[in-house]
Amino acid sequence: MKVTVNVQLKNGVLDPQGKAVHHALGSLGFNGVNDVRIGKQILLDVAGNDAKVVKEEVTKMCEELLANTVIEDYTIELA
Amino acid sequence: MKVAVVVFPGTNCEVDTKYAYEKLGQDVELVWHKQETLPQNVDLVVLPGGFSYGDYLRSAAIAKFSPIMKAVEAHAKKGGYVLGICNGFQMLLEMRLLPGAMKRNANVHFVSKYHHLKVENTDNQFLRHFNKGDIINVPIAHGEGNYFIDEAGLERLKANGQILLTYCDKKGTPANPNGSVAYIAGVCNEAKNVFGLMPHPERAIEALLGSLDGKAMLEGFVA
Repeated sequence: MKVTVNVQLKNGVLDPQGKAVHHALGSLGFNGVNDVRIGKQILLDVAGNDAKVVKEEVTKMCEELLANTVIEDYTIELA
Repeated sequence: MKVAVVVFPGTNCEVDTKYAYEKLGQDVELVWHKQETLPQNVDLVVLPGGFSYGDYLRSAAIAKFSPIMKAVEAHAKKGGYVLGICNGFQMLLEMRLLPGAMKRNANVHFVSKYHHLKVENTDNQFLRHFNKGDIINVPIAHGEGNYFIDEAGLERLKANGQILLTYCDKKGTPANPNGSVAYIAGVCNEAKNVFGLMPHPERAIEALLGSLDGKAMLEGFVA
């Protein structure tokens, strides 16, 4: 089963990369951008077809490794 | 004193750290991360600087699963001294042995230079040779040293005297090279046996290198 994990800095945690890219877009003349946040997308191919079981497993992966929950949130999408 | 310096794939400060403690007359052993036990009667475990596992995913995110880390955690939990320098500090954060987390530097650049630091608390083994308020000069070299902790966590650090060092200029005015919350360069745990800092004390142990301030830090653990 294909699983997409998105990891993002939590709201309220300043994103230095997002800020730098926002600034760069501004200097290219893209002045209509209100905010930029940069995250990571992790694509997993997981054995098994039981969506509930897979989601529980991937949630554990996120908590233990894929995200640092002190500063990051994550979302899990099953294909 | 017996010192263990743990080496991961991508670690690059282990020899400097070993050299520094040998210069202080201590018995130092490099310990490969695949080992499951620390040397017998180890007093201090140092997690040195570098780029363990290429900093993939996040700095130090993967090192915490190395076999040796269970022994390092057990050593810390029973009150043994642990010192994390730069990447080692990031490991201690990832392992939750120290509070907070690291982000990319605010200016998104790798910063490598001498930086002044203010000694914030000296009632701990690491900084006992300093006076509170001392201004010292120690090299920093990192791309992810932007220390983050939430407000409640920051208040706890302040209340317990866990902030070790803050970034400043040579006059002691706060100056931030990386965007860290409250200019924090290093912290310890509540029990004051686990220490982490981004600056590199092992690079400031000889006058030839420009500073001796790091030597006094490393000496803190020497009886």
